[in-house]
Amino acid sequence: MSGVDQWFLIGMVHAMFVVLAIGGCMTNRWSALIAPLYALAALACLIGMVPALGTLIAADAGTVSRLVLPVGLPDIQSHLRLDGLAALFLVIVNLGGIAAAVYGIGYDAHTSQPARILAPFPLFLAGMNLVPVADDAFTFLIGWELMSVASWLLVLTGHEQADNRRAALVYLTMAAFGALALLMAFGALAGAGGGYTFEAMRRAMPSPTVATLAALALLLGAGSKAGLAPLHVWLPLAHPAAPSHVSALMSGAMTKVALYALMRGLLELTGTPQWWWGGLLAVIGGLTAALGALQSLTQNDTKTLLAYSTIENIGVIAAALGLAIAFRASGQTLQAGLALTAALFHALNHSLFKALLFLGAGAVLHGTGTRALDRLGGLIHRLRWTAPLVLIGCLAISAVPPLNGFASEWLVFQSVLDATGLGHWEMKFAAPVVGALLALAAALAAAGFVRFFGIAFLGRPRDDAAATAREVAPSMLAAMAGLAALCLAFGAWPGVPLASLTRVATALVDPSGVLSGPLLDGRTAWLVVAPHGELTAVYSGLVAALGVAALTGIVVGITSMVSSGRVRRGPAWDCGFPDPSPLTQYTASSLGQPLRRIFGSVVLAARDRVEMPPAGAPEPARFASTLRDPAWHYVFDPLIGLVTRATERLNLLQFLAIRVYLSLMFAALIGLLIIVAVAR
Amino acid sequence: MTALVIFIVQLLAPVALAPLLTGFVRKIKARLLGRRGPPLLQPYRDLARLLRKEPVLAHNASWLFRGAPYGAFGAVWLAMTAIPIFTTSSLNLGLDLIAIAGLLGLARILIALAGMDVGTSFGGIGASREMTIGALAEPAMFVAIIALAIIANSTALPDMSRAMGDGVGLRVSLALALGAIVMIAIAETGRIPVDNPATHLELTMVHEAMVLEYSGRHLAMIELGAMLKLTLYLSLIACIFAPWGIARDAEASVLAAGLGLWLAKLAIGGLALAVFETAIAKMRVFRYPEFLGAALLFGILGVVFLYISQHLK
Repeated sequence: MSGVDQWFLIGMVHAMFVVLAIGGCMTNRWSALIAPLYALAALACLIGMVPALGTLIAADAGTVSRLVLPVGLPDIQSHLRLDGLAALFLVIVNLGGIAAAVYGIGYDAHTSQPARILAPFPLFLAGMNLVPVADDAFTFLIGWELMSVASWLLVLTGHEQADNRRAALVYLTMAAFGALALLMAFGALAGAGGGYTFEAMRRAMPSPTVATLAALALLLGAGSKAGLAPLHVWLPLAHPAAPSHVSALMSGAMTKVALYALMRGLLELTGTPQWWWGGLLAVIGGLTAALGALQSLTQNDTKTLLAYSTIENIGVIAAALGLAIAFRASGQTLQAGLALTAALFHALNHSLFKALLFLGAGAVLHGTGTRALDRLGGLIHRLRWTAPLVLIGCLAISAVPPLNGFASEWLVFQSVLDATGLGHWEMKFAAPVVGALLALAAALAAAGFVRFFGIAFLGRPRDDAAATAREVAPSMLAAMAGLAALCLAFGAWPGVPLASLTRVATALVDPSGVLSGPLLDGRTAWLVVAPHGELTAVYSGLVAALGVAALTGIVVGITSMVSSGRVRRGPAWDCGFPDPSPLTQYTASSLGQPLRRIFGSVVLAARDRVEMPPAGAPEPARFASTLRDPAWHYVFDPLIGLVTRATERLNLLQFLAIRVYLSLMFAALIGLLIIVAVAR
Repeated sequence: MTALVIFIVQLLAPVALAPLLTGFVRKIKARLLGRRGPPLLQPYRDLARLLRKEPVLAHNASWLFRGAPYGAFGAVWLAMTAIPIFTTSSLNLGLDLIAIAGLLGLARILIALAGMDVGTSFGGIGASREMTIGALAEPAMFVAIIALAIIANSTALPDMSRAMGDGVGLRVSLALALGAIVMIAIAETGRIPVDNPATHLELTMVHEAMVLEYSGRHLAMIELGAMLKLTLYLSLIACIFAPWGIARDAEASVLAAGLGLWLAKLAIGGLALAVFETAIAKMRVFRYPEFLGAALLFGILGVVFLYISQHLK
């Protein structure tokens, strides 16, 4: 496909999104428009996939196509560029977009104010489609802010509830802070000459100080959007507040766009990276992963739990990216390529299974009307199709073979093993610690998703809402089934997506092409994932998938031959004392209690308060569990207090006499003149 | 042809011998306690009896409850097949030590979910504790893998076994890694002091509480899976830390010797386990972090000592 055709398609996609947004404004009056608008949004995403997939699959790594549009700031214009990295993130965004739009057909069929969702929804997709192709700071930030503002409007969909309004306020504040940090980063990189195109930044060799400042600003700006601790505080508030298919997009796609900014910035725009940026990012990533997984385990709201788990996975990706940067700074391009491939693959996989799980949580919400885990139970009998699909998502995110989550975590772990060979002692010691943190995060996530699936879908219904739940619309099931199928396929054949991802990674860490060997063995990539030659271990998703299936089949076959094959139904055994009340089951809080007590009592200051009445007293026993997020307690609450006090002081300036204002201005002028004089 | 025979032996021998190992451990424990104990072949009879019996399912048991024992057994069996028990020249399955840990994680998740399916409090308590032990053991396991992978430069078990067999000398870090993996193995196979496979006292159960609702052929699969897991961990430790006699080429006599030595290693491991279990008391649930934290510490110390020895070289 020629470059012109690609840009024509991308332009068409954006035009469609604008038209769809205008159409979305009218859905309050004509609700019949909802289904066709969502269908067209899915079609637009599908068209958006075409140039992206074309760049990713057909062409080799170096293929880049550019376009300069004569709009935007004078002298700068708008520069667009489509390379492998941009194409990959376009695929992630649009895959999520298709699933979310198809799901929306059923999910929003009976919403009271559909325009609140349907007007910003296409703009959100447009923003996420613009950021990866932007090739100058101006266009990039336009796309970035479009994405932020549109998603902010979507978070406000349920603004009748005070919690959602607070979530939106926190989100908007953090988004503004993030954009400001990005602005600083681009400003520092553009330098006094004002080279705001990314091409100019790639050519310029910033001094180490400027590069470090820009890297830290990028880490703050993109990291806050992605949800790296301690800047993650908005994420578990805002992501669940939006409608479920938008939550899926925010967690699955928007956080990935933020990671795209981090990758583009740290690997391309800031010149040669320094090793400690990577070390810092790897440690932050490991801590974020463990903290997110632990907090996910303590939440009793289905969607909040999923939002914390997003933080965990962002931590995993950031850790792999950090290792890639450290390797690159040490000149080990082969290892850098493997670590970056791991980061990209986990980003792709997370966008699939997290979208699937959010859509599943939406199905539970749609079917039962509640997000409270402790009111659910037994949904495997009511949501017959949703349950196995969500189970696939839970297994994928728990990083067990043969699903795709394991394949990418396996690559991350191989990179951690590589990192023990780094030259710097700090990195050598950080490697096993980061590895242990990531392993802890994976195991906590497994516990968290046993808890999520076990409480919501298994057991007996704890509430009428769960007992009378209804299966969701076919379009919602179709969206979930598509994502689940991709999770299974990428788990069994990780070599297929990896063939493209390694090219993207290689182009990024090794633009001059001096790599000493291939990242993955090309001949057997269909069967096994084999990292570069220095590590000899391989992983075969296909053997894992077929092996488990075949051996399970053999066992089922043999047992059905030797045993009668019949079963008898009876009451539950429960050690001889089954209690008919479903309240005697383990709850979400009790299931997480051991891990909450072991890890949470220190990290989250988790406290369980139990009030038992004296023997014979009729009043009920009470239980309360309190937690606090260390980021709120140690960073944001003091910061908010500081800002509040400062604004109260400054408030005095509003009520002064005019002569005082005049003397203040005069003093400011004198002060500036003195500074100028001294600086000269 | 030889490769096929080796593969079939790799596939079937552990499953066939796992009940014998469990019977052996039970027999030794009974003898140490001054009892005569059940016959060595008793586990086979128990399994045959369970297979014949009709399972009783709770009214609200779902498809997951019926399928989980088979799926979990399949995962453990595949993990077992990926461990070179008597030869490193077997079929390369493309499953390394991390994948083996992952497959065991899959089995654990399936059984924990099945434990919660009927909706009894015992199932919940078992699932909760089992996942807690997993969350504590996994970081320790991974750090131990790092220590071993630095020595062997690979996470694939045949490579590790060969590297250890070539003689890496007596190393402090190896001893530490061995300590870590033994502690993890004790926790993961549900042995004393972490869990007691013989207990039926409600509040001390972990694994037994999860599978309380099972009966008939489903219970047989779970029991056999637990026995296979014990064989798996003993074989894993033997293959890394006692790689003597593991055949490198496909010569019949060497293979037979390797097979015989594997049986001997299992017997020694089983003996050590029985003695250890008899000598020690089960610990409280909230002492697990200390136990597995020590395993993590051993792993990290192992890695650090490796760095130092590499630096001094």
